[in-house]
Amino acid sequence: MAIRRGRGVAAINYPTGMNLGGDPTQALVHSTPTGNFMVTLSSVDLGQGMKQIMAQICAETIGVPTDRVVVDTADTDTGPHCMGTFASRGTHRAGNAVIQAAREARQVMLEVAAEELEVNASDLETDGQGNILVKGAPQRSISIFDVALSAHFKRGRSISGRGMFLIPRSYPEKETGAMKPSTCYAHACTVAEVEVDDETGEVTVLTVKNVFEIGRALNPKMVEQQLVGGSWMGISHALYETTEPYYPNRDHGGTDFNQYLMPGPGDLAQTEIIVLERPSADGPYGAKGPGEMCANPQIPAVANAVFDAVGVRIDTLPITPERILRALKAQAGAPN
Amino acid sequence: MAKVPVQFTLNGAEKAEFIDSGTTLLHALRDKIGDTSPKGGCHQGTCGACSVIIDGELRLSCLTLAETCNGAAITTTSGLSKGGVLHPLQRAFLDAFATQCGFCTPGMIMAAKVLLDQTPNPSRDEVVEALSGNICRCTGYEPIIQAVLTAARSNSQNAA
Repeated sequence: MAIRRGRGVAAINYPTGMNLGGDPTQALVHSTPTGNFMVTLSSVDLGQGMKQIMAQICAETIGVPTDRVVVDTADTDTGPHCMGTFASRGTHRAGNAVIQAAREARQVMLEVAAEELEVNASDLETDGQGNILVKGAPQRSISIFDVALSAHFKRGRSISGRGMFLIPRSYPEKETGAMKPSTCYAHACTVAEVEVDDETGEVTVLTVKNVFEIGRALNPKMVEQQLVGGSWMGISHALYETTEPYYPNRDHGGTDFNQYLMPGPGDLAQTEIIVLERPSADGPYGAKGPGEMCANPQIPAVANAVFDAVGVRIDTLPITPERILRALKAQAGAPN
Repeated sequence: MAKVPVQFTLNGAEKAEFIDSGTTLLHALRDKIGDTSPKGGCHQGTCGACSVIIDGELRLSCLTLAETCNGAAITTTSGLSKGGVLHPLQRAFLDAFATQCGFCTPGMIMAAKVLLDQTPNPSRDEVVEALSGNICRCTGYEPIIQAVLTAARSNSQNAA
């Protein structure tokens, strides 16, 4: 009987969204009379930071600082349609819709500015600080504040735009069944080191080293936060979490969240995160969105590390001490 | 059923309410007094989201009857900032990105405050122990541990 050490590796591809029935998200953008911009969505911010990312995307497209953008989310009674915040699709789908809406609003904004400055709209550019300048003659400029006032009170224009992002439904080919269920894939690789006590079956995760390829990280600190939390959650899926510990017998199943196990602050593995940014072709400013992908590669990596440590393949999650001990018994030829 | 009077200070201000006997402090704070910073997670004392400080001790407000708090001094997370200036723990949680959905955050900050009030320079293990009654689903705990250690350091620098 001994503590045995093992190391496992796993690599994954992870799709953004799912277009088995078509995958649409729409967005509306409009300016207030003072040149702030409002993004209206039905997508939800669950704490992953969607409001911040959509504000950044809108601000970047229109050419204003991020704090000039307000994002209103998650009222499906009044907002434009969104399929929902799930399947890691928020940044990619809603972000593309916001870019489209913001571009249309920007065009109206430049047209109004062109009338005020008596130039052609195509000769105008934004400085990202809230001003519109004549290309090559930046001394001729107007603030977006003044453009919005003019649009509202003088010219009767609405500085607004509509965004509609749709990945069309993918049908399987009749002959082969092949289909294209997603247009955008993130990637990850994890190396996990574990110790397995072959007497008690307990697994301790010592280190987890993760590399995530997520397209462009639109907000690097928030990406890091998502990945650190996700890596922990992956270990939790691998070793702890289940509503049906003795399925199919419910007699000893948990009755509430108190009996739904997760690793606590004292059970943390030493965690390393590396982000690779390879901008995606169809993502908003190259983003794919880290989403749920961050909690996936740890699971097969831990299973492989357990195999490396004690030589048994556990094919049912979570990898509990009981399952390891039963597998060790079977391996030794004893009846279960 | 006759209502029961209860009086205590909440974040330094006198509060008095008539409550149904058996009302939890969590319910009284959130639905009677209107301080929604303590969160109702499990309502059975295991998640820590409802944590408040009663007379300097960390308590679960979902398991505390409001009528037992007569004369007590109660602190919640909403009482920590002063004149719009965040408490060092709140600042540290923000800077460390130690919150995502935010539901556990007030309870975490209460647990951390009691720790730092009693142990101004805690070790990592002491921080882990202090937070072990609070459940977080988003962060993986590490950013929270780092935030508490950072707040402890900034406190000791300010004191020096």
